[in-house]
Amino acid sequence: MEVAGGGGSGSPLLLSDAEQQCYSELFARCAGAAGGGPSGPPEAARAVPGAATAAAGPVADLFRASQLPAETLHQITELCGAKRVGYFGPTQFYVALKLIAAAQSGLPVRIESIKCELPLPRFMMSKNDGEVRFGNPAELHGTKAQIPYLTTEKNSFKRTDDGDKQQETQSPTMSPLASPPSSPPHYQRVPLSHGYSKLWSSAEQMHPAPYEARQPLVPPEGTSSGGPGTKPPRLQASLIRSFSVEREPQDSNSNYPDEPWRITEEQREYYVNQFRSLQPDPSSFISGSVAKNFFTKSKLSIPELSYIWELSDADCDGALTLPEFCAAFHLIVARKNGYPLPEALPPTLQPEYLQAAFPKSKWECAAFDSYSESMPASQQPRDLHRSEKTSVKDMADFPVPIQDVTLDDKQASKNIKDEASPKDVSEDSATPKDSSSLKARPRSRSYSSTSIEEAMKRSEDPPTPPPRPQKTHSRASSLDLNKVFQPSAPAAKSGSLPQPPALPPRPCPSQVSQHSVNSESSAQPKPPAQPYGDFRLQEQSEQTSEAEVHPQSSRGPSQAAESSPAKKDIPYSQPPSKPIRRKFRPENQAPENQELPPTVGGPASAPTMKPHPAVQKQSSKQKKAIQTAIRKNKEANAVLARLNSELQQQLKEVHQERIALENQLEQLRPVTVL
Amino acid sequence: MAVCVAVIAKENYPLYIRSVPTENELKFHYMVHTSLDVVDEKISALGKALVDQRELYLGLLYPTEDHKVYGYVTNSKVKFVMVVDASNTALRDNEIRSMFRKLHNSYTDVMCNPFYNPGDRIQSRAFDSMVTSMMIQVC
Repeated sequence: MEVAGGGGSGSPLLLSDAEQQCYSELFARCAGAAGGGPSGPPEAARAVPGAATAAAGPVADLFRASQLPAETLHQITELCGAKRVGYFGPTQFYVALKLIAAAQSGLPVRIESIKCELPLPRFMMSKNDGEVRFGNPAELHGTKAQIPYLTTEKNSFKRTDDGDKQQETQSPTMSPLASPPSSPPHYQRVPLSHGYSKLWSSAEQMHPAPYEARQPLVPPEGTSSGGPGTKPPRLQASLIRSFSVEREPQDSNSNYPDEPWRITEEQREYYVNQFRSLQPDPSSFISGSVAKNFFTKSKLSIPELSYIWELSDADCDGALTLPEFCAAFHLIVARKNGYPLPEALPPTLQPEYLQAAFPKSKWECAAFDSYSESMPASQQPRDLHRSEKTSVKDMADFPVPIQDVTLDDKQASKNIKDEASPKDVSEDSATPKDSSSLKARPRSRSYSSTSIEEAMKRSEDPPTPPPRPQKTHSRASSLDLNKVFQPSAPAAKSGSLPQPPALPPRPCPSQVSQHSVNSESSAQPKPPAQPYGDFRLQEQSEQTSEAEVHPQSSRGPSQAAESSPAKKDIPYSQPPSKPIRRKFRPENQAPENQELPPTVGGPASAPTMKPHPAVQKQSSKQKKAIQTAIRKNKEANAVLARLNSELQQQLKEVHQERIALENQLEQLRPVTVL
Repeated sequence: MAVCVAVIAKENYPLYIRSVPTENELKFHYMVHTSLDVVDEKISALGKALVDQRELYLGLLYPTEDHKVYGYVTNSKVKFVMVVDASNTALRDNEIRSMFRKLHNSYTDVMCNPFYNPGDRIQSRAFDSMVTSMMIQVC
């Protein structure tokens, strides 16, 4: 079996659930008809690995059944890369199917056509009722699946969905394990004692379960299974890389009981890479201690790992050869997905079988960066690299899309939930058939869900920071900060900035005296000394700013920018008679008000934060926000300190002027009014 | 024919003990425990560094009214104790040896598992199944 790797399309192939379903079955048929080997159509839409190749005969029949003109079929065959590669691997097959669908929809036969949502291709084959049937229910699924996609208005949701799909499909091609019916409940609850991220799925019975598991995924707060405990450490990139979950594409050709235990090409590649990372020589074996350290990272319990070792180390020599390693890895992957461990090593995992299925030369090809000259061989390493990179990248990207999911959910959690639930319901009803894609989805779903749980768990560990951002935001939203950092602020506000250094205009002594009185009073760090109006103003503006801040908990600077203009408007609008004084007062009051925001923000933030249970889920993002807010606050503090010193100096000057004026007054009015 | 099989660690605590009839388990435990003294006595008597199967196999430790206790010690001083029903037609010594050999092999396989820490209770399913087969077979 060649490694399809990145496939001939050269770009990730995104298939909807129904499409994956349909395509995988079609591929299985074609491959099965040819008596192809193991590894059926992979569920992963992207970078479909698949080890089997669909024989040209049934594939040609299938294409002809699509009732497209011959030249179109030729184009499709060329485009999908089968000609180049020389065989119909899963990737090529899927691309071809997608192109057929595009052609049937009237789109031009080009790679770009397959990037958009398409109805399923329809094949009129008399002998295969299944395919005809495929058209209808699959189409239903396709349409239903597409409708939620098309109706999503928010990009975040779509991204979430894509992220989900990508996670599901990609996270290394989870094989649609025909899990026993007991696995769905396991699966949903991540029954592993230590909990582990990344799970896989595949069976038909899993369909309702995956979707149920999917729903928790989309609203991350829903995932509260036992898994989250150990998720945080797992999400580390290194761990992910070393132990990311791979899913096997479903092998519909093989015995169904063995479905979970078949290793697909992608998985095999991944296992081989991991083996290589532990032991450069693929023909040698990994010692027990090395393997133990490696597998312990999977956070499975020791008894389970011990049992898995027992199963996989066929010769009981305390070391794992490559097939044994793959079997062990695969068992671990399955176990983490919730599949109960078998009593005996499944036949598809036995070393002889694995070695027969994947000849030694291929191991070495896969193991080493191949430099062979033959086309397929040279493509293999290229595809391998690509798949490796994609798989590794997918592993590494797992936390990113997961966090994106969390972020997106955070941004529009309600909308996502609303849109996700109808989508899930529709998909639930639209999945009558066993499909690798659906199997993969629940796995990846649980995978990402568990990752989200991990992220949540990890985020729950640090103390809840929600109040702090608000405080900082309120602080950051103080007028001075915005005046300093927002040149776009109203001219009046910005104009007031340069004024302090330069002596402010003294329109009249009365105003100056009043100002001096005010400045004197405001210079005192006692809030009661301040004009109550201003104090209330500040409080109100801060509260309003906090109220603004709370709904957007992690948008500190922007909110500060938004709230500060509003805040400034209030003080500016209320005392229209003393504009000059107002300008100074906010500045003068800013240093004192810095003490106020924390006190005001605290009680104000606490009640407002309570109705936001979802904040916990976004603490990772909040951390960043907090850090940025901290930085901003430090900058603001520096600026304000500078401003303070300038104002103090100004105050002294004004004081001196006042004294001078009073002297003048005394001279002018010799008779003091008693 | 074995009604009870026990694996005892070097420090004389049980790594694995299993009896066939669920009742009288405590009695078997007691018998195994008391047999340890006999094992130690035999070990000290042998004492030599010869690694011989014969020396590993200790033979009949002591007979009771309706049970016989056989012992076997490995080079790492891990002891296997087997209690057989005396009422059964006398098991040939070879059979007992073969049973101990199987036990030893299974124990070695358990040891090979890197996830097994020496000193832990043996929870290997393969080991369990092997012991079960021995017991069922004998019973």
